Amino acid sequence: MALVQIRDVYKTFQRDTQRIDVFTGLSLDVAQGSFTALMGPSGSGKSTLLNLIAGLDRPTSGTVRVAGADVHAMSAAQLAAWRARHIGFVFQQLNLLPVLTAYQNVELPLLLTRLSKQERAERVRVALGVVALDDRIHHYPRQLSGGQEQRVAIARAIVADPTLILLDEPTGQLDAKSSQEVLTLLQRLNSEFGKTVVIVTHDAHAADKAKTVLHLEKGALIERAAVGA
Amino acid sequence: MKYLPLVLANLGRHKRRTFLTMASVALALFLFASLRTVVTTIAAGAQFGSARRLVATNATGIVFPLPLAYAGRLRALPGVQAVSWANWFGGRYGDGKRFFATFAVDPASYLEMYPEIVLPADQREAFLRERSAAIVGRRLLDVFGWRLGQDVTLQGTIYSGDWTFTIRGVYTPSDPVINDDMLIFRHDYLDERMNRAGFAGWYILRIDDPNNAAGIAKVVDDQFRNSSAPTKTGTEQAFNASFATMWGNVSLLMNTIGMAVVFAILLVTANAMMMSARERMGEVAVLKTIGFSDRRLFGLVMLEAGLITLTGAVLGLGGAKLLYRATNFSAAGFLPGFNVNSTTLVVGGAIALLLMLASGLVPAVRAARLPVVQALRHVE
Repeated sequence: MALVQIRDVYKTFQRDTQRIDVFTGLSLDVAQGSFTALMGPSGSGKSTLLNLIAGLDRPTSGTVRVAGADVHAMSAAQLAAWRARHIGFVFQQLNLLPVLTAYQNVELPLLLTRLSKQERAERVRVALGVVALDDRIHHYPRQLSGGQEQRVAIARAIVADPTLILLDEPTGQLDAKSSQEVLTLLQRLNSEFGKTVVIVTHDAHAADKAKTVLHLEKGALIERAAVGA
Repeated sequence: MKYLPLVLANLGRHKRRTFLTMASVALALFLFASLRTVVTTIAAGAQFGSARRLVATNATGIVFPLPLAYAGRLRALPGVQAVSWANWFGGRYGDGKRFFATFAVDPASYLEMYPEIVLPADQREAFLRERSAAIVGRRLLDVFGWRLGQDVTLQGTIYSGDWTFTIRGVYTPSDPVINDDMLIFRHDYLDERMNRAGFAGWYILRIDDPNNAAGIAKVVDDQFRNSSAPTKTGTEQAFNASFATMWGNVSLLMNTIGMAVVFAILLVTANAMMMSARERMGEVAVLKTIGFSDRRLFGLVMLEAGLITLTGAVLGLGGAKLLYRATNFSAAGFLPGFNVNSTTLVVGGAIALLLMLASGLVPAVRAARLPVVQALRHVE
């Protein structure tokens, strides 16, 4: 069953007088419970696709449905509420607010819920436990390594129990060891907790951890491969 | 309240900048409160005056005296219950850097005319008994460290020579608008020293009915219209107000300076807020991605602006209120009853609110309207 359905999506950017067609009729599905890697050269539209799925950007035409909802039919306020409920997002860098501790950063999505302080605390501790950082709760980002920062960002992405976790080059700035830890964690989230994960990456090693790899080039899906199939 | 740690953490990001911005707001509102209090104090002084007291001065100008012989004729007018007189002395003490007002008065009638000048009975008696006696306000006594019974020598600026008075009384005003920074001595001592008996600076008349004030004033002025020293008579309030006008259009000046200071600080605060918001565009993107709505981000930025300006307001306005009260400030007696009143505090609070809106609105709207994808470029 497809959790994400992208149908006949066109996306055009206007840069000064130049018109850039990122997608010209892209269609693809992402299955529920899958671990999908989006690969492709720079400018192929990977991050733009992630932004469209998260409702951070709107397609020029076409539809993006996530868990049955037409993402771009919603107003800005509805989209914000929808994102809070359904999307966990991890960037390549600068994920965390430097003035907040790991605990406070992870708590941010829960501030948008009706949970009590105690319930929020419980959830934050569980999320930080999942990423094995329960001993770094009161550390600020500057006191964490790059890999630990990304794990805190992942904890924040999962703390509200979203439908879909999207990651934009989460290992791009990490050394091999930290990268491995993050990828193993994502695998665990997918296999143990049944989370649907979509990751944009340039790293073939990272893509190897995914169950499905989608190759984009010039805005078109050129290959769909099931890893290990 | 659950967002407060986030807002406080943002304020703590650049502690020095936040402190300086708060300090700017505090200083601006402190100055505003001070300048406005100068205006309100002058206005209160001009408003002071019993409705039952009239003041008659020489019609040519207050610096010209009136014959002391007028006293009996004034007392005889219908509706006049009591008459007293006074004279501006204009002496200075020591190096003269610390100014205070000095008056020569007819002691018995003056103290009776002004029950607001409260004096212990024994000191009153001493003042009435001894020709070179003087009474001083409590503040003046404290400023110079004088004591009862001490001889004090003033240098006359209008009436030349050294003038030595013995302090026989310390008065406390029952109305804060009455200056407690004066030295009052006996008119007959002045006359004796100057060998010029028969003149008064101005007359004060207590009348039976305030409703008759205009009529009695007219009768007084008609009485002396064709004399060598015609009078100009009006209410005590009008007399005091005429002194206030000697300050010129101080209100306009003070208000203009006050507003200019507030406006300058507005620009500083707005600049600091915008700088702060601009530095955090990437973080705004992260918050929007998490699901923070435009409205919520607008509110958070406004809350930050509010905490800065309102903290500044509490420090500035509260500081002015407490400081002037604690030091019993009176600008060397020029501004008796100097007190930051509740209207000034309310107006200052309203200015702080406007400051918050004006400095927070632009960055808040920017944060709210920032397209996520555009903001994300600051993250990537």
